[in-house]
Amino acid sequence: MHEMSLAESVLEIIENSAAQHGSAKVHAVWLEIGQLAGVEVEAMRFCFDAVTRGSIADGARLEIIETPGTGRCLNCGKTIHLIERYDLCPECDMPVEVIGGTEMRVKELEME
Amino acid sequence: MCTTCGCGSGELKIGGKPHTHSHDQGELRFRRPNHEHSHEHDHAHGETSRRVQVEQDILSKNNAYAQRNRQHFAAHGIFALNLVSSPGSGKTTLLTRTIELLQGELPVAVIEGDQQTSFDAERIRATGVSAVQINTGKGCHLDAHMIEHALEDLKPDDHSLLFIENVGNLVCPASFDLGEAHKVVILSVTEGEDKPLKYPDMFAAAGLMLLNKVDLLPYLSFDVQKCMAYAKRVNPRIRVILTSATSGEGMDEWLGWLRTHGT
Repeated sequence: MHEMSLAESVLEIIENSAAQHGSAKVHAVWLEIGQLAGVEVEAMRFCFDAVTRGSIADGARLEIIETPGTGRCLNCGKTIHLIERYDLCPECDMPVEVIGGTEMRVKELEME
Repeated sequence: MCTTCGCGSGELKIGGKPHTHSHDQGELRFRRPNHEHSHEHDHAHGETSRRVQVEQDILSKNNAYAQRNRQHFAAHGIFALNLVSSPGSGKTTLLTRTIELLQGELPVAVIEGDQQTSFDAERIRATGVSAVQINTGKGCHLDAHMIEHALEDLKPDDHSLLFIENVGNLVCPASFDLGEAHKVVILSVTEGEDKPLKYPDMFAAAGLMLLNKVDLLPYLSFDVQKCMAYAKRVNPRIRVILTSATSGEGMDEWLGWLRTHGT
């Protein structure tokens, strides 16, 4: 479950940002997670709660913004919405190249 | 997790030694992104509560270590491959056979990743090449910082081939760049042809798929063409080579790929 490593990285980013802004308490965290990023959102919530316990983000609200998967058809070049990585172009029935939805980013924090 | 720099879990061992080190030099620190800014606004938490834009990739620290490894490999002419697969795909056997076939041609070094035991590093050392074992404890993947520390122990020769055998897991290692030139995914024919669709992130991240243990095909109902089509569906650019460390099938093609890409 690599979400635990990811949650530890999130906490590190939170702690660095809070230190830079002279804050000792973080109330809310916004993450942007692409639907093709290989991250299980519920596992991420669970791990976030576990790693932030006793930290400056203890009890912080976690908002996860899921961004859709997008791909470009290698045949017709159209941009299509992908639910899964292996979705085929609905018009050509050909494989597509993933161009969006793999992000995982700490977007914003709310702190004291 | 190391409480000073967050490097790996407390159970992490590199070359059998617990992972401990001073953090006074050489450790990466985050620089504050240039665009980061804050603004005050009204909020239920009181007048002092504020929103701060961060916009930082969660993997940025790993990626920075990976970049540093990549620069090290480039400076020393080291061709590094990250071998990924499920447990039991036969990658250690394939690796020992590959090393035997390359003997006298190219210097080879190996980093072995497993949760526990140094069995694999011992198997590699028996072929005469240097190997360092990383035990991740409960960790499910190698990360770029572990590789940096393993390189300090291993010290691969200039212009060598470095194989990094990741923890057997078709999920988590897909997300973690180690600084390698390519991820090579190994899938054995005893695992089922639908694995590229079931674990698409790994097959999407790999540049090469070795379809291994093909000497067993006569005893199985594995559909090679279907498996290759599935792999190309998640990664139209993936190259596929059929291999067997036992019969030697495909080993020439695999070694040819190594020579073409590594020199």
